[in-house]
Amino acid sequence: MALLEVVDVSKTFPGVRALDGVSFTLKPGEVHALVGENGAGKSTLIKVLTGVYQPDGGELRYQDKPSQFGTPMDAQRAGISTIYQEVNLVPLMSVAQNLFLGREPRNRFGLIDRKRMDREARTILSDYGVSADVRRPLGTLALGAQQMVALARAVMIDAKVVIMDEPTSSLEPREVQTLFGVIRDLHARGIGIVYVSHRLDELYEICDAVTILRDGKLVHTGRLADLERIKLVSLMLGRDMAEVRREGATAFSGAATGDDQAPPVLRVRELNSRHKLHDVSFDVRPGEVVGLGGLLGAGRSETIKAVGGAYHLDSGDIEVDGKDLRKPTPVRAVRAGIAVQPEDRKAEGIVPGLSVRENIALAVLPRVSRGGLVSDAKIDAIVERFMTRLRIKASSPDQAVGDLSGGNQQKVLLARLLATDPKVLLLDEPTRGIDVGAKAEVQSLIDELAAEGLGVVLVSSDAEELVEGSDRVVVLRDGVVVGTLTGDEVTTEDLMSTIAKDTREH
Amino acid sequence: MTMGVVSDPPAIVAEDIRKADRNDRIVGVVQRQGALAVLIVVLLIAVAAFPNFRSLDNAATILVAAAPPMLIALGMTFVIITGGIDLSVGSLYVLGGVLAAWASQYGILAAFALPLAVCGAIGLANGLLIAYTRMAPFIVTLAALLGARGLMRAISSEGSNTYLVQNDAFRKLGNGSFLDIGYQVWLVAALVVIGMVVLARSRFGHSVYAVGGSEDAASLMGVPVRRTKVWVYVLSGLLAGLAGSINAAKLGSGVTVLGTGMELDAIAAVVIGGTLLTGGAGTIAGTIAGVLLLGVIQNLINQVGNVNSNWQQVISGAFLALVVVAQTYLVRLRRVT
Repeated sequence: MALLEVVDVSKTFPGVRALDGVSFTLKPGEVHALVGENGAGKSTLIKVLTGVYQPDGGELRYQDKPSQFGTPMDAQRAGISTIYQEVNLVPLMSVAQNLFLGREPRNRFGLIDRKRMDREARTILSDYGVSADVRRPLGTLALGAQQMVALARAVMIDAKVVIMDEPTSSLEPREVQTLFGVIRDLHARGIGIVYVSHRLDELYEICDAVTILRDGKLVHTGRLADLERIKLVSLMLGRDMAEVRREGATAFSGAATGDDQAPPVLRVRELNSRHKLHDVSFDVRPGEVVGLGGLLGAGRSETIKAVGGAYHLDSGDIEVDGKDLRKPTPVRAVRAGIAVQPEDRKAEGIVPGLSVRENIALAVLPRVSRGGLVSDAKIDAIVERFMTRLRIKASSPDQAVGDLSGGNQQKVLLARLLATDPKVLLLDEPTRGIDVGAKAEVQSLIDELAAEGLGVVLVSSDAEELVEGSDRVVVLRDGVVVGTLTGDEVTTEDLMSTIAKDTREH
Repeated sequence: MTMGVVSDPPAIVAEDIRKADRNDRIVGVVQRQGALAVLIVVLLIAVAAFPNFRSLDNAATILVAAAPPMLIALGMTFVIITGGIDLSVGSLYVLGGVLAAWASQYGILAAFALPLAVCGAIGLANGLLIAYTRMAPFIVTLAALLGARGLMRAISSEGSNTYLVQNDAFRKLGNGSFLDIGYQVWLVAALVVIGMVVLARSRFGHSVYAVGGSEDAASLMGVPVRRTKVWVYVLSGLLAGLAGSINAAKLGSGVTVLGTGMELDAIAAVVIGGTLLTGGAGTIAGTIAGVLLLGVIQNLINQVGNVNSNWQQVISGAFLALVVVAQTYLVRLRRVT
């Protein structure tokens, strides 16, 4: 018998087929891992299961009956609870109020019985390892405790299915163990759990079954214990090893460009940030492309942002050309010669409404202005130079960047970074969401830039791109450097086996 | 301590949390009771410095004068806790007064029912527009402010028609007293107590806090967000209309030149009382302290006599600025973790 099931479900958004004939079955008492890289369709599937989206095709079945949830509330009333990655409670209200909102115990006058509510809240939360004062505003609790309150609330409403979207991303190790205790308890009570996470150790510890999605399609479903880690990773990343060897298809030349003897242009030492990064260290020499490998959430983007001064660090040193960056801020990082291409170019990079010229000029304004006045001629010269050099295809420098193709938007962003004359270039997913041709162009540009002596740090979820583009790959997992691939080891097989290595076996 | 060993007991209590607990309680008390503390200080100074201030008569005068602003601020407290704002209440107040004076010829019931019906309906329109079209409360209620004032001018022919209250019973309500305190003060006190119970102890009250605290989270948690929003504006409209009605009974006519800027006084009183302008937190007890504080300052300036009464607004403004700065600081303190 299936508790919750989708059969051959599809969902299309303008331009994207987010789910393509996916089937998924959750049995009572099962802890079912749902995995896949960015854009694989996990979140869309969850949203279909919880009534946020209506599927275009296929069927949703709940307790063996065809069902339809119009809103998240409908799904919740039917017994499907969701715990989101971001805690979705009201921070200013008390812990007890959050736990009972909408279901408060009332006395015979119809008024909320606060004493009883607080008492019951204390009892319930002690099972979740939370012993804070329940009258305090929720927002004053640590994130882990807030997550536990959310979980307690989700389970309280007679849930039959609990969907957890990366529930451990803000938890400390012992809080993870508390969570697992709760999950085992739910499992024993026959509640079905959908568990989304990228932490392989966790998946193998707590999950019975696994469903792997890639590019909106179902690639595997079955018992997790029957699936080797390496196989799981290769299914997620979609790289059949034989196929990779046969095709080897990226535009990277593959030739190493770094000089082993040169002093590093970027020295990163022991970056630490609560929950996210633990003692991350690596060097980048001039002309070298260093890849950061690992699954989503391993700490790649956090590392890039931290080096760019845009991520909070508890400790760590960053040196550019031998000079310590001391308390990195974005301004200091730029001055020191660090240029960062953020992961989400729309949200953090380009200004779509401005023209190509204006976007490039943004970065160089301090250099082309005197006494607050901007020299048009100087800007024109710089814009002209980069448009030619990066082969930016725009009708004119005055075309709005928002109207360009993804590949050309990316090049405009690169131009803006290069215009600051950086020593180190940090690229987070430089080819995401751009078409094949443009991808190849961006890849060969990266090669060229490195050849000119720039130190490059490359993050890519595309294993092939990472391996072929990098001279060295530093592999991260759960915020820890678990290995560095050099020379002949820079292959997708080695990358995957390093990612999949079971740390607990040491 | 971030890297606990896996086999640690599953407890999330820690020393830093206990410390945060204590800080948080102190900050919470300051935030909630700050206005009350200031009110008490101002009262003590006033009692010491102005012999006339001490009289019971004067206390009764302050309370009677504070009755209509208190009603308006009561409604405003609900609105602001949801994260909204209601600019229409000053206009509804004067409109309610004119309607009450006119309707009093048909009896005391009509003198209350008509302003409540009209102002409640305008509040309903505000609420529906804000909740269902997601227009900004500022704009919607600004439109209602202009509209209601226009309506008042139209029915009073630019203020040239003064409606006198013909009904003696209605006038007596506005001027009589029980235990030396005006009837309207008793009425307002009763409504305030009901308001406190509703806000703190009913599901509706909790919904009001939840909507202002985080609208998205509230709707995911099953709070009827839109319904809650509609009701707070209806409530605000009703209370403004009732305030107008009470004032008409006191003055014996529907005075058309009142109420300008009253919405701003109400907002000031609510914020001084510790309610966050961004929503999600606040109490009616704080609002009472805020209203009385503004009322006492006004009264003191009248006592001094030769001081231009516009200074009252300067002082209120300064208070408001001070409170907002202090609140921002306290809220930041509170986000300890």
